[in-house]
Amino acid sequence: MKERYEFTVDGHTYLGADGVPVRDLPALADDTERVLAGYRNMVLARTFDAKAIALQRTGQCGTYPSVLGHEAIGSAVGQCMAADDVLVPYYRDHAAQFLRGVTMTEFLLYWGGDERGSNYRDCPEDLPVAVPVSTQCCHAVGVASAFRVRGERRAVLCSVGDGGTSKGDFLESVNVAGAWQLPVVFVVQNNQWAISTPARIQSGSRTLAQKGISGGLPSHRVDGQDYFAVSAVVAEALERARTGKGASVIEAVTYRYGDHTTADDATRYRSADELRRAWEQDGVKRLQTWLYRQGHWDEEREQAWLAKCKQQVDGAVSDYLATEPEPPTAMFDYLFETLPAELIPQYQRLQRKAEGGDR
Amino acid sequence: MSEVTLAEAVNMALHHEMARDDDVVVLGEDVGTNGGVFRTTAGLKERFGFKRVMDTPLAETLIAGTAVGMAVQGLRPVAEFQFMGFIYAGMEQMISHAARMRNRTRGRLTCPIVYRAPFGGGIHAPEHHSESTEALFAHIPGLRVVMPTSPRRAYGLLLAAIRDPDPVVFLEPKRIYRAVTQTVDDDGAALPLDTCFTLREGDDVTLISWGAAITETLQAAARLADQGLSCEVIDVATLSPMDRETLLCSVAKTGRAVIVHEACRHGGLGAEVAASLAEAALLDLQAPVVRVTGYDTIMPYYRNEQAYMPQVADIVEAVEQVVAL
Ligand SMILES: Cc1ncc(C[n+]2csc(CCOP(=O)(O)OP(=O)(O)O)c2C)c(N)n1
Ligand SMILES: [Mg+2]
Repeated sequence: MKERYEFTVDGHTYLGADGVPVRDLPALADDTERVLAGYRNMVLARTFDAKAIALQRTGQCGTYPSVLGHEAIGSAVGQCMAADDVLVPYYRDHAAQFLRGVTMTEFLLYWGGDERGSNYRDCPEDLPVAVPVSTQCCHAVGVASAFRVRGERRAVLCSVGDGGTSKGDFLESVNVAGAWQLPVVFVVQNNQWAISTPARIQSGSRTLAQKGISGGLPSHRVDGQDYFAVSAVVAEALERARTGKGASVIEAVTYRYGDHTTADDATRYRSADELRRAWEQDGVKRLQTWLYRQGHWDEEREQAWLAKCKQQVDGAVSDYLATEPEPPTAMFDYLFETLPAELIPQYQRLQRKAEGGDR
Repeated sequence: MSEVTLAEAVNMALHHEMARDDDVVVLGEDVGTNGGVFRTTAGLKERFGFKRVMDTPLAETLIAGTAVGMAVQGLRPVAEFQFMGFIYAGMEQMISHAARMRNRTRGRLTCPIVYRAPFGGGIHAPEHHSESTEALFAHIPGLRVVMPTSPRRAYGLLLAAIRDPDPVVFLEPKRIYRAVTQTVDDDGAALPLDTCFTLREGDDVTLISWGAAITETLQAAARLADQGLSCEVIDVATLSPMDRETLLCSVAKTGRAVIVHEACRHGGLGAEVAASLAEAALLDLQAPVVRVTGYDTIMPYYRNEQAYMPQVADIVEAVEQVVAL
């Protein structure tokens, strides 16, 4: 007898590229305040992005990864999460992190080479961004396991890029998430590039969502520039997680409009034409169009909000630039809870040097 | 002959060896179309094609382990890790397989692999991009660890590493990737993989260093020369196996040694050098061996990274300390 096993990945789009719904919108679309808050956060993230890049270009910030193209995913994720859920982010989660309470000043400090940027004041349980790609996936299942051990109705949301799904870290985490029915949602932000490596040669997998099936997880593919699609699918997956029904994988398909980071030059490996076509999908524009048509938002409010964003970003930048570097001895202060006696002479030497000026 | 940087010399050596030997293949993240994030593999894919110049998926275990499979089939893979900070997932393959395959199979299968990685601080890079963890690799029997510090040595040592029948971890100090240019003759001449380079001769103190810290070490030697102190500067270059003979000969002459490395101190290779001197040159030594190193801390993010790195003044101070005795 021949046996056959079939699996499916559901795809979800609500708002077409032109900002016109392609089907009935999810109920959350009726919550105008929520949608407006999501939109405003997308615009804020975009405003911040332009400023951070300008700072880097003028030598006032280090290497910085652009969020352009990831604003809709981040806003939706940030809004769907409950305050006591835990975000395990990667480095393009600005929009989600802003909603979680990470300040723009903290963001700038981190990319500006200051450890205090990861000492999030307002979301103390969220993890800092993981630079070693995909490693955060294992932490996410660990956090979820802690919830399981303690019987808490909380969920973890873990972000990872398309490139990150090639690593064992992601696949191992998906596997255990299924085996242990962990309350975790993996959001794969497929921006179609991992630096210069296009999705086509990153994996032979037709969707990245289907990698979730290998762990037995419900797996979805959403249009990552469709705020409604991401919101609806992420909200449902988080609810499943919180109610003990286990983990999910959501592939959110988007496009990385910027260079990989400010250290990269994407013109070396992708065409202007591809980029131009990708801009036709822009999720910020899409939601804006919808909001305008609904009469929820207009050019006047847009301009007022842009001015407000600029003001907020400028404020964060001044705070960042006014932040004195930590004394060099800070490198010892968080090494262990208490500095081992053996290291005190090194500490003192550094302190003497720091005080002695430019010796 | 042309004036090239260290990064360009790496590129020249890769071109040379791929043209000379069809078994040489290059793999890693962004090494093909993009030519590597530091441009060290630029032009290779265009010239040798995507089958020999492979853009891999983002997976370091895969990069390290695929190289093992290729090597046991007779290829000579040159596998790039984009930064040393991301090599760690590949270490199981390097330690448990590449380093041991010859031994496990009593020579039946071997791993002529080069594992390349840029490393070190001082370029304002993000977190995890600035550490110097060469000691982790030098501790592993069966791995060679090599570190060039000039364009010519990068060219000659990389050729030697590719031709070597065993795995070589080839660590490129990225702070000096473009710091200086030198004329490098693309003549295919390899340098030995078991010899230190004496960069400056002197009689009073031996300065032993490697990696980008060679820059400050040479500057310190120049400054000390103005004070009438004559320093011999040795670039260890082949960290494992290490050319102890050259170090011992120098110390027999000078009677004093200062070791300079950017990596943190505890368990760093400076300890290995110092122990070797204590074992074999104790009677030549007129002062304790002194180390100038990074602190035993996490490499600070870039705002404070200079405070971590050994400075010229630290080296000068250490030399003054040993000659005072
Ligand atoms: C383990 C590891 N290997 C390599 C790198 C260098 N690197 C940083 S981001 C990146 C590409 C990541 O692509 P993807 O996961 O698709 O995320 P994206 O940047 O596109 O959002 C690479 C190779 C790294 N940070 N970590
Ligand atoms: Mg990507």
